[in-house]
Amino acid sequence: MTRFRVSLHITPRHGLLDPQGKAVADALHTLGFAAVRDVHVGRYVVVEVDAADPAAAEREVRAMCERLLANPVTEDFAVASVEAAA
Amino acid sequence: MKFGIVTFPGSNCDYDAYRAVVEALGEEAEFLWHKNHDLRDADVVILPGGFSYGDYLRPGAIARFSPIMTEVISHARRGAPVLAICNGFQIACEAGLLPGALLRNAGLKFVCQFVGLRVENAATMFTNRYRAGQTISIPIAHGDGRFTAADETLTRLEGDGQVVFRYVGGRGGQEEGWSPNGSMRAIAGIVNAEGNVLGMMPHPERAVDPLLGSGDGVGLFESVLATVAA
Repeated sequence: MTRFRVSLHITPRHGLLDPQGKAVADALHTLGFAAVRDVHVGRYVVVEVDAADPAAAEREVRAMCERLLANPVTEDFAVASVEAAA
Repeated sequence: MKFGIVTFPGSNCDYDAYRAVVEALGEEAEFLWHKNHDLRDADVVILPGGFSYGDYLRPGAIARFSPIMTEVISHARRGAPVLAICNGFQIACEAGLLPGALLRNAGLKFVCQFVGLRVENAATMFTNRYRAGQTISIPIAHGDGRFTAADETLTRLEGDGQVVFRYVGGRGGQEEGWSPNGSMRAIAGIVNAEGNVLGMMPHPERAVDPLLGSGDGVGLFESVLATVAA
């Protein structure tokens, strides 16, 4: 078993109203960042997990997303990276 | 008849629910600690409002794995009544007892006010003491109450009479589609397909005495009592 750090992004499902993202986008416009088209605010989660290899670590974390870390009704998740923990 | 009120770490409307049952309804109530695996022979389970587990991750996401939820889910699957209020509604959705999810209010602010609710279905075990179409006044107090579900789920809920309460009004008017939190179709409360689990963001337990601003919530408790006692 090796310890892996699996990083993942959980974001509001595309198309659903994201008031927090909209508020941040409005604030950026106020600051003069006129090119901003859209902002989505989600969650960045790092799970340290013992697994046989990176693929097994990712599989395990995906199962965690489906059961708990993300809400399947309203959120999407994406695994950003899987690396051996120091 | 006995009501079991689940106390999670962070529940803060459990005592309000207790007083509504014992004082306004004159029935028996008992607190059920979330770590126990025992509903203490409760006929009706109440999942009360509050901020279980500090709303960590998502409101209700952790509480749904509390030990007592295994018994609450079996109780619901047997067809016995579950009244899920506010945070309880969020927990029931996370537990899969009800469809949909409650997201951050569209206005991003915590909303705490009386709202008008239209009784859309007066034939449920929770609403048989109301008239269909009647408007009742019940307070809300939440930051994450925006009911959200897939289009096909909404269509099914509407078609099967599972939409029980809808927000009405707005500032002084009868503005159709208005909600204090951006809920889809202005939905404030729903029942499951079997009709024995009610989830609602407004707090009927806080509207059981005109002294509190409204006594309109009593009818909900009387409805369950009439159904279970029958």
